[in-house]
Amino acid sequence: MRFVDEFRDAEKARALSAKITSLCEPGRGYKLMEVCGGHTHTIYKHGLEDYLPESITLVHGPGCPVCVIPMGRVDDAIHIARQPNVLMTSFGDMMRVPGSGGNFFDSNAEGTNIRMVYSPLDSLKIARQNPDLRVVFMAIGFETTTPSTAMTLLRAAHEGIENFSIFGNHVTIIPAIKAILDSPDLRLDGFIGPGHVSTVIGCRPYEFIARDYGKPVVVAGFEPLDILQSIYMLMVQLSENRSEVENQYSRVVPWDGNMVALKAINEVMELRPYFEWRGLGFISHSAMAVREKYAKFDAERIFEIPGVRVADPKACQCGEVLKGVLKPWECKVFGTACTPETPIGTCMVSPEGACAAYYNFGRFSRQRVREASQHEHVGS
Amino acid sequence: MCLGIPGEVIEILEDRPDLAKVAVSGVKRTINIGLLDDDPPVPGDWILIHVGFALSKIDEGEAQAALDFLESIGKAYEDELAALQESRIE
Repeated sequence: MRFVDEFRDAEKARALSAKITSLCEPGRGYKLMEVCGGHTHTIYKHGLEDYLPESITLVHGPGCPVCVIPMGRVDDAIHIARQPNVLMTSFGDMMRVPGSGGNFFDSNAEGTNIRMVYSPLDSLKIARQNPDLRVVFMAIGFETTTPSTAMTLLRAAHEGIENFSIFGNHVTIIPAIKAILDSPDLRLDGFIGPGHVSTVIGCRPYEFIARDYGKPVVVAGFEPLDILQSIYMLMVQLSENRSEVENQYSRVVPWDGNMVALKAINEVMELRPYFEWRGLGFISHSAMAVREKYAKFDAERIFEIPGVRVADPKACQCGEVLKGVLKPWECKVFGTACTPETPIGTCMVSPEGACAAYYNFGRFSRQRVREASQHEHVGS
Repeated sequence: MCLGIPGEVIEILEDRPDLAKVAVSGVKRTINIGLLDDDPPVPGDWILIHVGFALSKIDEGEAQAALDFLESIGKAYEDELAALQESRIE
């Protein structure tokens, strides 16, 4: 059954591929950015670039929350974890992100207690059960995970669990897209919009991209056909000289987003004046901080934060990869000094990072496509 | 972390209507459904879960498609499921 389904998908993929190709103007190149790391993962895993004409280039965007955390913030987290009675909690993805003196595992080897949790609510539970410990949740992620942190903080306040706090590193996707649009390094023709982030923020926040920058945006689902369908929708808009926001993933993403989630975020957090993104530098109003009203639950107010800015290792070109200027394999250390086992940069740490996705799947999927085409050849 | 995992709502907790028992890939876990307050799920509904919170309701076909997709990406999904298995939300 599975084989039949896959075959049917391959047929559909080829049909979409032919329609996409027919919309390409001869002699024109198209650069489309997929903003979300989940999309990057699908593209490499399923070798989607092999379904596209050479004139279309997929550019990988900054939508990998682990990848954009600067080294200085990892150091700050480790500094908090070193304070008396602190138990730091974090998503698993964060554990291997390098700071200037090593990652969370290295830090634990030197005596800190940094534990992996699945949910901020697991962190809250640890705080509830261990009133003598100061439990800090290292909160990271785009708008997909921000509501979970906000709801957990509201729960902590409701129950009065005052030995719980969050170290806030939530970032917002819109200012990062704007920074890329304003960057002189890269000219893009359209955007494949993030799926899960849009479940929360809806589609309206992208309207400025279509209106002010004249670039089409299609919010997309995560399956291979979703992405090909979205590329087709972008190409239809480009061929008709239109720039609008369209929602390919309407079966999950409501146009107006999730109002309960937006309200919860707004209740406990506010925009920071600026925040440093790895590779992209400081971006105005691009991250969230805990509001003063909830200061008791804000690790940045409870602990002294060194806040020392640390430059990325010279050899690492994650910044260029995050901006879409370089493809992963164009980085000098890709696959040699920098691998998922010994990552130098964040793009190689997270499975949603462009480098890890390419390293894990890129060559494999290309090989598979070659084998499939040889097989077809023999069969025909 | 950013993966949305589909699950089927089994029951809403009587004393905590913001929590539900949810079946996820054969494992039963407690999930917070507070973000769906505008249109709360009932037993039998499918939801998409992010780090312990249901972010949207989906239909069964979408749930199956999402599961197929997650299984196809391999390790990242296995890691997420392993983390979920350790989760004991209250």
